[in-house]
Amino acid sequence: MSALAEDTRRQIADYLHQHERKSLLRFITCGSVDDGKSTLIGRLLHDCQQLFDDQLAALERDSRRHGTQGDNIDFALLVDGLAAEREQGITIDVAYRYFSTAQRKFIVADCPGHEQYTRNMATGASTADLAIVLVDARKGLLTQTRRHSYIVALLGVRQVILAVNKMDLVGYDQGVFDAIEADYRELAGKLGIEKVRCVPISARDGDWVTRASDAMGWYRGLTLLQLLEQAELDHADDLGAMRLPVQWVNRPDADFRGYSGTLAAGIAEPGMEVVALPSGRRTRIARVIGTSGDLPQAQRGQAVTLTLADEIDISRGDVLADARHPPEVADQFAAHILWMTEEALLPGRQYWLKSATRTVGVQVSDIKHKVDVNTQEHLAARRLQLNEVGYCKLTLAAPIAFECYADDRTLGGFILVDRQTHATVACGTLSFALRRASNIHWHTLAVDRHARARIKGQTPRCLWFTGLSGSGKSTIANLVDRRLHAQGFHTYLLDGDNIRHGLNKDLGFTPEDRVENIRRVAEVARLMTDAGLIVLVSFISPYRSERDMARALFPEGEFVEIFVDTPLEVCEQRDTKGLYARARAGQLPNFTGIDAPYEVPEAPELRLDTTAQAPEELAARVVALAVE
Amino acid sequence: MDTRTHSDGWASSRSPYEDWADEAAVAVRPRAAVRRPMTALPPLTHMDRLEAEAIHVFREVAAEFQRPVMLYSIGKDSSVLLHLLRKAFAPGKPPIPLLHVDTTWKFREMIAFRDSLPERYGLDVRVHINQDGLRQGISPVTHGATVHTDVMKTQALKQALDAGRFDAAIGGARRDEEKSRAKERVFSFRSEGHRWDPKNQRPELWNLYNTHVHPGESVRAFPLSNWTELDIWLYIYRENIEVLPLYFAAERPVVERDGALIMVDDERLPLKPGEVPQMRRVRFRTLGCYPLTGAIESDADSIEAVIAEMLQARTSERQGRVIDHDPSASMEKKKQEGYF
Repeated sequence: MSALAEDTRRQIADYLHQHERKSLLRFITCGSVDDGKSTLIGRLLHDCQQLFDDQLAALERDSRRHGTQGDNIDFALLVDGLAAEREQGITIDVAYRYFSTAQRKFIVADCPGHEQYTRNMATGASTADLAIVLVDARKGLLTQTRRHSYIVALLGVRQVILAVNKMDLVGYDQGVFDAIEADYRELAGKLGIEKVRCVPISARDGDWVTRASDAMGWYRGLTLLQLLEQAELDHADDLGAMRLPVQWVNRPDADFRGYSGTLAAGIAEPGMEVVALPSGRRTRIARVIGTSGDLPQAQRGQAVTLTLADEIDISRGDVLADARHPPEVADQFAAHILWMTEEALLPGRQYWLKSATRTVGVQVSDIKHKVDVNTQEHLAARRLQLNEVGYCKLTLAAPIAFECYADDRTLGGFILVDRQTHATVACGTLSFALRRASNIHWHTLAVDRHARARIKGQTPRCLWFTGLSGSGKSTIANLVDRRLHAQGFHTYLLDGDNIRHGLNKDLGFTPEDRVENIRRVAEVARLMTDAGLIVLVSFISPYRSERDMARALFPEGEFVEIFVDTPLEVCEQRDTKGLYARARAGQLPNFTGIDAPYEVPEAPELRLDTTAQAPEELAARVVALAVE
Repeated sequence: MDTRTHSDGWASSRSPYEDWADEAAVAVRPRAAVRRPMTALPPLTHMDRLEAEAIHVFREVAAEFQRPVMLYSIGKDSSVLLHLLRKAFAPGKPPIPLLHVDTTWKFREMIAFRDSLPERYGLDVRVHINQDGLRQGISPVTHGATVHTDVMKTQALKQALDAGRFDAAIGGARRDEEKSRAKERVFSFRSEGHRWDPKNQRPELWNLYNTHVHPGESVRAFPLSNWTELDIWLYIYRENIEVLPLYFAAERPVVERDGALIMVDDERLPLKPGEVPQMRRVRFRTLGCYPLTGAIESDADSIEAVIAEMLQARTSERQGRVIDHDPSASMEKKKQEGYF
């Protein structure tokens, strides 16, 4: 029946057995643009004979059309799989490729070099055991090299192979290689990267990638591929204490109740005493069910279903842990955050945090500092912009079981998700708890004026513009409003004319009505500052007492009186609305400055002389004061 | 000291912001990790890790989405997918239904296999056919591969997903299949209209998948992302998974067209003048619509032989797919429009 003889069949079975048992190394390639990352991967795939004839034919076709290597094959086109990437000759997103040798299987993630795609590089690095950092021998370490090495260290990749590429272009000079190696070892030391191996290569020609080369006889080490084959797998002998983040409660019928998930650490076995967190209830493991039935033991990385000796309340997001060595439970952490979206991180705003199988509300309550990824310098920061790394304080809506990221990527890593857009806006690594979860409740964070202001990342203010009709109040207030808005502040402009068309349309211009006019506007402005806004009030507000009454409604420092000081003659000359002419003609009784008084402010926070400076300059002064 | 037993609730007067300054004093360092015990388990193999990774994806989809579905195409990858789906929720039944988008041009053997599933495994299998396309008589024979695939696969898939209001669709795509697939996330976000934006994918860290979508948006989840064609066969071999006989060599009636061997599966395939079906010993590396799927000449009639043959192979599996022979970016374009 079969075309295969029995011994051939057995040989294949042996081969398959051997092949199936190969270990797996996941690594990334990173480095600056044009350092040759994609070319290196293409070279590895080619030399390990992972390219099929039809793929090679397509590659040759593409090389002629889009390639940068003349008539030679441009290996970069193998991994730059998106149309936009081939057109622009850059890598936008991570490409995953697969190859194997007799010893090992490899998953390689080719990471983009451009700063704007740092989040995609982090995507690749998060699952890597090792990183190849490529450096162009002609250029040495560049900003991108430092940035990528920092991200690699941040995400806990402990092994780096420094591949100094394009050695052919520096005459295979050992001095160049030695200098770059020394520079990189210094950087790695600062970043806490434990293992660094260095190899000089030419990815284009293949020297020291998969084969030794006479061109660099001075190099006594292993080829890049040998280094990959011999790299240690991440703590292969250190499984830690048992942790199972519960992913799915398996309840097909009344007789079976199991807790499914992937073991994040340790070994699970029947009889083991476990604790469910955060509840703290204890019980024992009854059965460990693997993917093919009951197991005597299961280890980190395996997908299992546990049944327990007692029925205790456990749901998705809880963690089952070795009761002898339980993880800490906390709701406030110090953590590093890599911000990955255009809109800046604002302290106080609420996001969702997902860690293991748990999703909880979170506020970044403080940014202690941000890190200059080029120099590792700590810088003061009020917000985090795209691609910035900050050391932050997180306050969670509920306590979670956690581990320090350095000890456990699963219980120590997290992402932040925007509640409105649902975008993944950040990734982070937990360092330690700032306080154990005990008596702290989310409710203690009352939604008060401070909380509302904090969520906007601004200090509420009432900017009160007073001055004669035609003095330039509205012109300046409008400019200030636009500038603040452009800087990301939440503002609102209350203008005398507009309010009189709506809220105050029942009021005239008698002294009583003027007082009531100001009282209402002041109250509205107070409500708005309560809500966290920066409110601009542009009203003649001629009476000192009413302005003082308004000031009294606000906390110390929040009310900013701005006197727009323009002499009556100048206002009357400008007379943009023709009101002075009508007042002089007796058609507008009680007109301020003509037949009604204007009481000049005695101690305004700011006095703006419109005859001395242009509106733009005056507006800039107001903005400076408002956001100081 | 167990700090979790103590709570004074509302009486708490400590501001959550006050102890940042003295973080060192209150810092709680996790204890040192426990070393692997002396009775060491053998390390997980490559295959074990791929299996666990896939099962993790299935459970995450089931737990996080309201209306998940699994796209089932009857091929070998779907067989592996189905096997993993059942394992992920054993001893329970999978909480995710299967959806087959039927172009009406599949091999007869495929349809018979599909129709046997509900009875054998107690699965919920749904079938969708684009009725508009059927009425218009769209076929790969008269309209060509591109139009047929667009109407009967891509448009049909979108119809079925919309009708079922599915917010997550699991598929068997692998990153080693094609260049734009190599770029895709495990949880791949689709905007309204099922569009994929390859230049602006959600970052995907570790195995922490962002499953949040607005109504109308959805996610395609790919548990087999990191599997290669060889892994699929090794797993089929290890787990003794049932796959269609079409994957194994047998005498079949074929005609040769543009270098491809097309099997004459039924009377709908019009023969060109002078074309006579010949019995050749062939098998298929990949299965789709029969007029669009090229066979290869082969003697491999067992899983072992198929694997042995694959280790010698010099062409990739998609080479047999007529639809892929457009310019290089065509898969990316189709995917952007909603193709799986």
